[in-house]
Amino acid sequence: MIRYAYIIPLLPLLSFFINIAVGKRLPRKGDWLCLGTIAIGLAMSIGIFYEVFRAYDPNFRYHVVFPWLTVGDRALLNTGILIDNVTAVMLLVVTIVSTLVHLFSIGYMHGDPKYNRFFAYLSIFSFSMLGLVLAESFLFIYIFWELVGLSSYLLIGFWFEKKSASDAGKKAFIVNRVGDFGFLIGILIIYATCGVLGYDQVFLAIGEGKLSGTLLTLAGIGVFCGAIGKSAQFPLHVWLPDAMEGPTPVSALIHAATMVAAGVYLVGRVYPMFTPDAFLFIACFGLITLFLTATIALAQNDIKKVLAYSTCSQLGYMIMGLGVGGYTAGLAHLTTHAAFKACLFLGSGSVIHAVHSQDIQEMGGLRKKMPITFVTFLIATLAISGVPGFSGFYSKDMILAAALEFGMKSANPLHMIFFVGALFTAGLTAFYMFRLVILTFFGAPKDHHKYDHAHESPASMWVPLVVLAGLSFSFWYSGWFGTLVQKPKSVANLAGISAPAKVATMEHAAVMAPAPHGEAVSAKEGALNASRGSAPETGEHGQAPPHGTSASGETPHAAVPAAHGESHEEASHLAHMAHSYAMYSSVAVGTLGIFLAFVVYTFGWINPDRVMNAVKPLHNFLQNKWYFDELYDATVINGSKAFARGLAWFDLHVVDGLVNLVAQLGVFVSFLVGKFDDYVVDGAVNGVASATIGGGSVLRRLQTGKLYHYVFVLAGGALVIFLIKAF
Amino acid sequence: MTLDKLLIIAAALFCCGLYTVMTRRSAVAVLMGVELILNATNINFVAFSFFLSRVMGGQIFAVFVIVLAAAEAAVALAIFLRMFATTGTVEVDVADEMKG
Repeated sequence: MIRYAYIIPLLPLLSFFINIAVGKRLPRKGDWLCLGTIAIGLAMSIGIFYEVFRAYDPNFRYHVVFPWLTVGDRALLNTGILIDNVTAVMLLVVTIVSTLVHLFSIGYMHGDPKYNRFFAYLSIFSFSMLGLVLAESFLFIYIFWELVGLSSYLLIGFWFEKKSASDAGKKAFIVNRVGDFGFLIGILIIYATCGVLGYDQVFLAIGEGKLSGTLLTLAGIGVFCGAIGKSAQFPLHVWLPDAMEGPTPVSALIHAATMVAAGVYLVGRVYPMFTPDAFLFIACFGLITLFLTATIALAQNDIKKVLAYSTCSQLGYMIMGLGVGGYTAGLAHLTTHAAFKACLFLGSGSVIHAVHSQDIQEMGGLRKKMPITFVTFLIATLAISGVPGFSGFYSKDMILAAALEFGMKSANPLHMIFFVGALFTAGLTAFYMFRLVILTFFGAPKDHHKYDHAHESPASMWVPLVVLAGLSFSFWYSGWFGTLVQKPKSVANLAGISAPAKVATMEHAAVMAPAPHGEAVSAKEGALNASRGSAPETGEHGQAPPHGTSASGETPHAAVPAAHGESHEEASHLAHMAHSYAMYSSVAVGTLGIFLAFVVYTFGWINPDRVMNAVKPLHNFLQNKWYFDELYDATVINGSKAFARGLAWFDLHVVDGLVNLVAQLGVFVSFLVGKFDDYVVDGAVNGVASATIGGGSVLRRLQTGKLYHYVFVLAGGALVIFLIKAF
Repeated sequence: MTLDKLLIIAAALFCCGLYTVMTRRSAVAVLMGVELILNATNINFVAFSFFLSRVMGGQIFAVFVIVLAAAEAAVALAIFLRMFATTGTVEVDVADEMKG
């Protein structure tokens, strides 16, 4: 089966071409074709996963390469397929979610005038994503990366008649391009130094020391920039919430399993090449994203916007998990998140389909009307909140453990911020997700007209929900995932950075790290600790908690590589300890968040409106998404507009002035040339003509027309010749 | 009979022909004058050939000239016929279309 893996992405490509060309004329507008091809892909992915699973080998690899572009007898660029455990899992995730989204769309998009085109776009999206997963070189992952960007543009802007939708499509595409540019630079650095692009070849070259030091860090950060764009990390997270303008199945497909996962997958794919500095960079961005977007999600009232920001936040978790060294944790969260977030999105689609509204303030009490949607949505919410027994608990717990371990091992107490921030945000996540569930499904209906209209969705819509909810339990993942997906050896470490130097650079980077945001987190965390006494672990460890240290960063903590002297045993003990602490604390915080949500929105012990009014500026700040859009409007967009206006002025006055000057010069010269032509050239021509006329009028008199005149001249001429000859 | 006497006869004949061409107004008469000129040259050809050359080039040339004169007369008379048809006369003074 694994030998035929290349067929998996090609099938959706085929159905794309067929459906875009003749889809309208096919029976049922060709939806069965797209669904069928992706279902075959799903079957093959299951087969591949089964083979991989039976081998049960952490180092399993299936790698085919053949030359794609050769110059002379040197293969310049290769193409091929790389399947290891991560790829097999990702293949399964992508095909499962994609298949279910196809199925869901049959019901959701029923009757849309562009039905066949929608399915064609879904197919090209699946093709791009599967190609991206299977790619074995930086070049091909970049190609598919861009294809994913293109197809997401098509899908987000699917209802392009709506201006907001077409704007959202453009925004997603352009913001992604910003990140992709960094990705391209990273690839160019790699190609310029190593001269190869295959993952294995590049890692080998880096291991040989062809690319090291700061340049390697830059290459890593460049590649990570791609992930920032695609996985919607701060500061490029702005596109993802807007992308909710697309049809809801698209939101599920793009924001749960495919496009946003691509960035995390990329980071996991090129994991060995990151330097400690690059890891710290990645972790910082993950932390900022997960906190920032979670706070925004607190104040949103659009069901899909809440989910969108929660997606951003969860992606932040993954990225931070990868950044702090939790390779397995990050990818596990990617996998589990794909299932429960797809379930949440499709569930929200089901709700929107039923009540024709996206505002949770208008919903309520829907659990009686839509029992299946309610139960599946609740299961997925429990999963994302990190309740034990559900998949989110399993993976988020690993991320928290990795962050705690990182913080404990690090000589810099500031690094505990990763754990503390993530833990606090875990509480926020539970709170806002349950706020969503309570407002949507519990309580009394707020809009009776909409409530009376609501009904359970058709089977093609709830079957995917049930399947995805089923996949949101942790027993599917625990055990084998940790065994099969293991952190690859870093090649960057071999590249000649000695351990103390590494610590020094990390310290340096920590000082350089964006501190202001850390302050905000720690300040709030401190407030929370003071008021509720949660997060006991910070006290227990006796490590300086972030809010203890002055946030101004006055003490850079000279590089003391003390923590690096510990033995391996100690490290594993530390990891174990970190894991159990993380587990207890995350359960505690998650429960607290859920409890708080019920307190506020069900029991009514705290009136949300009064709280809202009490912290009005903060609420406005959050509801307006930290004013990121306004910030970008003011800086990037208005900046480029002003720049464009400046260029227009330059064009109008300087460039056009030059052109006009040249033109006037030309006119003047032409005038002179014209006069010359009139008087000199034409004068010469006319002179010749009048000379000819004058000469002719004289000579014409010679021609009398009388025969004897001619004969006389003839004879006279002969006589003259005779006389000349004679004398 | 010597060469110079023959040349004198030919020259006299030539002058007669030339005179006829220059003075007569009738085209046919002009044609006859041309015939005289041609025959004057014929005499010269034959005379020079007889007295000064061992080959018969002059005599043969004279035969050519006779043939030429016949052809010329035919063409010229055809022209005169056309001229008579258009103008009603064959007087050369009338045919001054080429007058400058």
